[in-house]
Amino acid sequence: MPDFSLWPLLGIAVVMLGFLLKFNPVLVVTVAAFATGMAVKMPVLTWLESLGTAFLKTRNLPLILLLPLAVIGLLERHGLREKAQGWIQNIKAATTGRLLLVYLALRESTAAAGLTSLGGHPQMVRPLLSPMAEAAFEQKHQSLPDKIKYKIRAMSAATDNIGLFFGEDIFVAFGAIILMHTFLRESGIETDPLHIALWGIPTAIAAFLIHGTRLLRFDAYLARQFKAQVPQEQHHD
Amino acid sequence: MISMALLYYVAAVLFFAVAFFSAKDKRYSSALFWFSYGLIFLLGDFMPPALVGALVVLMALVAGFGGVKGGTYPTLELQQRLDSVKRLGNRLFIPALMIPLLTVFSVLVLVHIQGDGWSLLDPKNATLSALGLAAFLAILAALHLTREKPTQALKESSRLIEAIGWAFLLPQLLATLGLLFNQAGVGETVSQLTSLYLNLNHPLLAVACYAIGMALFTIIMGNAFAAFPVITAGIGIPLLVMQHGGNPAIMAAIGMFCGYCGTLLTPMAANFNIVPAALLELPDKNAVIKAQAPTALVLLGVNIVLMYLLMF
Repeated sequence: MPDFSLWPLLGIAVVMLGFLLKFNPVLVVTVAAFATGMAVKMPVLTWLESLGTAFLKTRNLPLILLLPLAVIGLLERHGLREKAQGWIQNIKAATTGRLLLVYLALRESTAAAGLTSLGGHPQMVRPLLSPMAEAAFEQKHQSLPDKIKYKIRAMSAATDNIGLFFGEDIFVAFGAIILMHTFLRESGIETDPLHIALWGIPTAIAAFLIHGTRLLRFDAYLARQFKAQVPQEQHHD
Repeated sequence: MISMALLYYVAAVLFFAVAFFSAKDKRYSSALFWFSYGLIFLLGDFMPPALVGALVVLMALVAGFGGVKGGTYPTLELQQRLDSVKRLGNRLFIPALMIPLLTVFSVLVLVHIQGDGWSLLDPKNATLSALGLAAFLAILAALHLTREKPTQALKESSRLIEAIGWAFLLPQLLATLGLLFNQAGVGETVSQLTSLYLNLNHPLLAVACYAIGMALFTIIMGNAFAAFPVITAGIGIPLLVMQHGGNPAIMAAIGMFCGYCGTLLTPMAANFNIVPAALLELPDKNAVIKAQAPTALVLLGVNIVLMYLLMF
């Protein structure tokens, strides 16, 4: 047995168990926070204070989601999604997979240039990207079952995340680079931030190739799912 | 100046609007949830922290036991929407694209507008205050274009906030949990554990252990930034750099990416995985994670190979 206390890890156990048993995540996290506090013998009032202080410190987090919603909602009310769908239907070569591939390339390269706010789920994926990706499928197959629609939406969100993550980290002024550099310096290891950014490039390219390949095969995958879903109908290729 | 305090007040107004519409709809537990959220944004700085903590617990209990229910908001009929599309044409895209483009423009250019102890944007939070400015100008454009009243904008933002529901609280709650973990010394315990049990002599094993450790600890914490110091201090520096003489810049660069592979796989990274599923109205809250999993797993394998080939 180790000669130090394992109690601080209780919260982690609660989180893993809670997610495995599919309890409501908000409840799981709150119980985990409480368990962590109790495990290190924090008085309840101190625990509430730490919780409150930490919550106030992280108030900036919901803003990025919250601020664009009024604009997006108003435009949706006046047909933004329908307009985005009509626009993509004019491009005959557009398929769901190719559209997402172009988006991946744009998202990853602009993020690598530090322009991370050009995409995002509330600003880009919900109002523009996923309606276009759905319309491209509907254009080809003349219908869009819910199951396919959900797969396209999930892949649109996934593509935004992957483009962002593996692009932004090769931008030298990005916070993560600074964090790594500072941490290594504190540990007595001197590195050049530019080197950290440059050594990220092979992985950034690999991420594009791997996810890009999946996107190119996504159209065929959706077509198979579609056929399995409506076997009685005739299909146009 | 667009300060964080100003943005918090705007957020408070948006949350109070949701509370108002859900109370009007007789969904009182939802109203209580959004009202408490608004209160923390409006008066949080003036309340004793323990009271804020108590409000957070109250919100978590309401949300955790299914008290935050979505509402129904009247939308325009499809025909009205299509008429609107016909009237506005491509101009509909303008306010939507104003948000990202103006945000970038503000971060690059407008951030330099400043005087004596005064600046247009908050230099410490340039992106967020730029986003605030962009959203404000875009809402003016959207109101002008659609000829709607400002109250309609509040209704629309409430509609979308309620579509996201309790998932809205999750990213902030997880970040709070991360800070509590730090306070309780979770990181130290994990790095003590790894240094106690891991004794890896072959560099490939050590690399795999570091890479998978970064991914796993990110899955648990929901954030690669939280995993990096713990796993790098516990495995990366002692094993890869000290024992096997690897290049620390390469270790850090690819190691952080292994963490990102973990981010793609975990519900703990709620703002990237769970919130978008809610925002896109997907019935399976893990659908985005499932779409990402193949890419993340293959990439993690590629990272191990890259690190092994490049580092030594």
